[in-house]
Amino acid sequence: MRSPALPHRFVVNGRDIEAIAPPSMRLSDVLRDVLGLKGTKVGCDAGDCGACTVLVDGAQVCACLVPVGQVVGRSVETVEGLAREGRLHALQSAFLRHGAAQCGICTPGMLMAAADLLRRVPSPSEAEVLDALGGVLCRCTGYRKIVDAVLEAAHGGAESVAPSKGAVGTRLVRVDGVAKVTGTDRFGADAIPERGWLALRAVRSPYPHARFRFGDLDAFRRRQPGLVAILTAADVPGANRFGIYPTGKDQPVFAEGQVRMLGEAVCALVGDAETVAAIRDEDVPITWEPLPPISFDDALAGSAPDLHPHAPGNVLCRGRVACGDAATALASAPHRATIAIETSFVEHAYIEPEAGYAERIGDGIKIVACTQTPYMDRDEIALILGIPPERVRIVPTAVGGGFGGKLDLSLQPMIAIAAWRTGQPVRCVYTRPESIRTTTKRHPARIVAEAGCDEEGHLLAFRCHGDFNTGAYASWGPTVASRVPVHAMGPYRVPNVCVTTAAIHTTDTPAGAFRGFGVPQAAIAHEALMDALADRLGMDRLEFRLRNALRHADTTATGQVLDHSVGLVACLEALRPRWQALRAEAEAHNRSAHGPFRRGVGIACMWYGIGNTALSNPSEMTLGLKADGTITLYSGAVDIGQGSNTVMVQIAAEAFGVAPETIRLVVGDTARTRDAGKTSASRQTFVSGNAARLAGIDLRRQLLSLVNAGTDARIIPVPGGLEIRDGDRTMRPDLSRFAADANGDVLVGFGRFDPPTTALDADGRGVPYATYAFGAQIALVEVDLDLGTTRVLRMVAAHDVGRAINPTLVEGQIHGGIAQGIGLALMEEYIPGRNDNLHDYLIPTIGDVPPIEVLLIEDAEPLGPFGAKGVGEPALIATAPAIFGAIEHATGVRVTRIPATPDRLRAAILAAR
Amino acid sequence: MVMVLSGLGGSGLEYRRPVTIEEAVAALRARRHTVLAGGTDLFPARVGRPCDDALLDISGLTALRGIAETNQGWRFGALATWRDVWTADLPPLFNGLRAAAREVGGMQIQNRGTIGGNLCNASPAADGVPNWLALDATVELVSSTGSRRLPVAEFVLGNRRTARREDELLIAVHVPRPAHPARGTFRKLGARRYLVISIVMVAAVAEFAADGTIASARIAVGAASEVARRLPSLETRLIGQCPDPSVVREEDLAPLAPIDDVRATAAYRRDAALTLIRRAIADLA
Ligand SMILES: Cc1cc2nc3c(=O)[nH]c(=O)nc-3n(C[C@H](O)[C@H](O)[C@H](O)COP(=O)(O)OP(=O)(O)OC[C@H]3O[C@@H](n4cnc5c(N)ncnc54)[C@H](O)[C@@H]3O)c2cc1C
Ligand code: FES
Ligand code: FES
Repeated sequence: MRSPALPHRFVVNGRDIEAIAPPSMRLSDVLRDVLGLKGTKVGCDAGDCGACTVLVDGAQVCACLVPVGQVVGRSVETVEGLAREGRLHALQSAFLRHGAAQCGICTPGMLMAAADLLRRVPSPSEAEVLDALGGVLCRCTGYRKIVDAVLEAAHGGAESVAPSKGAVGTRLVRVDGVAKVTGTDRFGADAIPERGWLALRAVRSPYPHARFRFGDLDAFRRRQPGLVAILTAADVPGANRFGIYPTGKDQPVFAEGQVRMLGEAVCALVGDAETVAAIRDEDVPITWEPLPPISFDDALAGSAPDLHPHAPGNVLCRGRVACGDAATALASAPHRATIAIETSFVEHAYIEPEAGYAERIGDGIKIVACTQTPYMDRDEIALILGIPPERVRIVPTAVGGGFGGKLDLSLQPMIAIAAWRTGQPVRCVYTRPESIRTTTKRHPARIVAEAGCDEEGHLLAFRCHGDFNTGAYASWGPTVASRVPVHAMGPYRVPNVCVTTAAIHTTDTPAGAFRGFGVPQAAIAHEALMDALADRLGMDRLEFRLRNALRHADTTATGQVLDHSVGLVACLEALRPRWQALRAEAEAHNRSAHGPFRRGVGIACMWYGIGNTALSNPSEMTLGLKADGTITLYSGAVDIGQGSNTVMVQIAAEAFGVAPETIRLVVGDTARTRDAGKTSASRQTFVSGNAARLAGIDLRRQLLSLVNAGTDARIIPVPGGLEIRDGDRTMRPDLSRFAADANGDVLVGFGRFDPPTTALDADGRGVPYATYAFGAQIALVEVDLDLGTTRVLRMVAAHDVGRAINPTLVEGQIHGGIAQGIGLALMEEYIPGRNDNLHDYLIPTIGDVPPIEVLLIEDAEPLGPFGAKGVGEPALIATAPAIFGAIEHATGVRVTRIPATPDRLRAAILAAR
Repeated sequence: MVMVLSGLGGSGLEYRRPVTIEEAVAALRARRHTVLAGGTDLFPARVGRPCDDALLDISGLTALRGIAETNQGWRFGALATWRDVWTADLPPLFNGLRAAAREVGGMQIQNRGTIGGNLCNASPAADGVPNWLALDATVELVSSTGSRRLPVAEFVLGNRRTARREDELLIAVHVPRPAHPARGTFRKLGARRYLVISIVMVAAVAEFAADGTIASARIAVGAASEVARRLPSLETRLIGQCPDPSVVREEDLAPLAPIDDVRATAAYRRDAALTLIRRAIADLA
């Protein structure tokens, strides 16, 4: 029985409001959809993420758990009410200055939780900040900068944001920061079509493996007045296939008679939002014939039927790197160590679930959605709709976290087909369970590795095989299979290497791209071996690594000579004093410990090739100048929170020779920007940054040549145009005599960069990457021996980033990577169908990330823009192995089944007794 | 200023918000309703689908609010929130309950979630339940035909099962005043710092004789069986002794029946329960 929407009177941000809505409607939906206050974000609708935190009568609550019927007569405060008369609230400016907002999807919730605290406790302790913000999850920042920002806002110093001086190397406040802290940035679910729209919801398989038949869908549709269409595979205008690799398009938009994973879409309901939400999957006439699922064990045993005809034995692909003779060298090595590890599915858990809309415009389509890769989306949608790519326009919204999970298509094909077929705009917002169940994950890996060294501790050989569960569809499986062998021996000189990998199909969720493409899993194995060999020799674990660390002019296992920017030795040397002090402290603590708590300190190294593996991956950028002097950077590089918008502006500004504040930015829209590739593989700063630099140089050259100015002339923005000062000459070029292009620009600088790499031969020999990032991290942990719980007490991270274009952003990446590394090490394990929510799938909270010290090493990369490399993925790779080394130091137990949940660690401790 | 904006239709269902207990129980008698208090269990169970039950929103029943001392002990209104619990002025008997309150979800949940909802939802991992068992609490249920009181152990029957009839409302939880000075404690184990559902938890209360020995003790373990359980053999053994963790034996766990789930294995739950019980007893010293 339905009751009509009723009027509800309450106060929102000091204004009396009457909102007409059903009384049981969630306050979050009323704020967003009825009152249009989209600053309040929705990440789960279940109280688990806190993104929807607002104040009701001054106290923080999850707006998604409050029926609007309960706020009648009460006062509601949202992020929109924080800034007053155009002045940011002290918390907002502190968040900006500290870089406490990355993607910004959690920021409104964080700000409101902090506002609640500061009203109750004007000068809180750090512990009080943690308690107050403990209910809001952030997947990007690692929380530390948020804590700092709140403390600073409370204890003073939070005045207006100081304008930065200079461009490259400064702590420029992120260019999209104000939008993020005021709640005005528009994410996938905030972008609403202007015309009346239809909602889409996919009907999904309740089985991991099954055959199915539809009953009479037409009759079913006619019985539901609000239902406009039910789309199936038969409605796909072009190819019902997508996938990352041109040869690997194996995933259907809608399954055709067979599903290979839980939650696979079989059809989509399109209609008014209420109708579409009310229909349950069970009501749709579908007959299911369940088939036995294919587990990782089944697939590896070779006993399972083939999921795809092109992958016999369920092996999607293999990878290999070999040099020297690893088998012989191992057999004769004086010291050897072996390890076998197993890791789990890890969920990206970005706080923004996938969302967007599509609109048919004549014979073209426009898709406004969150994505990490607008141009790949464009090309894939074109194939699915059977139209040329030029008729597809992708307009990325702000992205509320990606980490690799928004590289693959999710809802875009479905909304595109629906808009194409119905002629009306179609919108879709994934629920949290839908997002977790159906999008890609980090590959579970089973890695067996062996290493040998001589009496002095020089590595002689490394051998390793890794099987990766790539799930039902290929996605980025081939990338993992090819990237891992290059990195699997770690950033060390090893003369004899043999690494093989295989990506294996199962009926699990597809595993795809997730911060590091398999390298974090491999690092757990190689770092365990480094610890074991050092211990065997009685050598210090840091010194052992230092002895073997790659240096300038060394040759990697693929035969690549590292000419420049190999800062690992500098990282280890920077860490050495901390390492020695922390080890000694921990050992002293343990000697005097009576209770069950033991401390340990671990260290781990990493390296990471920037950009795609042995494949061309160019970026192009343009910098436009209007007759009135307006400078616009057209960047196709999507900012997923990591800060590429800001970095591109800084680089372009430096190259062109103006302050970053003078540059406007157009991002991502495929109709206005050029292809800057995907936001992945830590490539945007290095590859797209170079394109931005070249565009800046090109525009500068064109401009200066207009007035015959010398190359070191200064460009000075003045009202209505630009002035050029060359020595004591000041010139004002007449820009109005040029014709403006479609963007209104009269001069356009162009930059293109494709990192120089070569293809790899059958032994993996060649130049897979133009440059590598290096780093090392130290973890201090405390283990409760009786409960098997681990707390990370401190992290120290040294990273060679070539050049920190913006140190605040680099630190932000490192903090966030460490937080995800802590999750990977200690708590994150997705079990398909069992924990597809943020209640049971645990990611670190504000209380789980310890103080982090960042030591930036800048071993300039000559190919990089102003020397820069990348840091997005490198940040995470060393964290888990450093934690496992620390756990071993504390307990004597080496963790091999990951994550080291309390039950696993306790079992291992008991087994070792 | 008044802004009149209209909703997107939305899935409105029957929704009542009575202000007296009489109205509320009359509604419950008239037809089946889902009771809504703080909504922190109710809404998460309805992600991605409209709420298709008739709701009886009891948040307007002021008689169900508050925590008060009575002649016999203490009365916790069913609508008392976790925040109310940890900010209330309560004696050391309630140290465990208050510690639990500070760890239920984050502050957003503590500001909204009620003790009544926690009991009626009857999750095996409900942090309230072992505390109420250790406090020897009874629940007060009211219907249009009268009221009754039940010990918590007889109220919570299983996973999401209680003795509440559909026409009844839980209106309060009563804790008797102990005969001796008493102290409580609570130990919760989870895999992260905040927002964590217990893998296992232990609540303990002891009353102390004048000589400092234990006059009576109640120890309850949650998340290690369908319903939190007290450990009678251990409780008896503690009497007459000073709190001593070493008296705990594995056989004391006989009432428990832990399972393997996403949070931990059954074997670990037993093992961890022993450790937590020992720590809880040490806390009481
Ligand atoms: C993020 C998050 C974290 C959480 N963490 C914890 C935790 O750490 N520990 C824990 O124990 N719980 C936790 N919970 C669960 C929940 O918050 C608590 O159980 C809370 O106390 C429930 O109270 P409520 O008022 O919100 O219940 P509601 O959701 O309003 O109701 C819960 C159930 O009880 C019924 N009900 C409520 N009140 C009455 C009444 N007076 N009479 C009859 N029936 C009634 C309702 O019909 C419903 O079935 C968490 C929840 C979330 C969302
Ligand atoms: S959306 Fe409300 S807590 Fe996640
Ligand atoms: S900045 Fe917190 S989730 Fe992205």
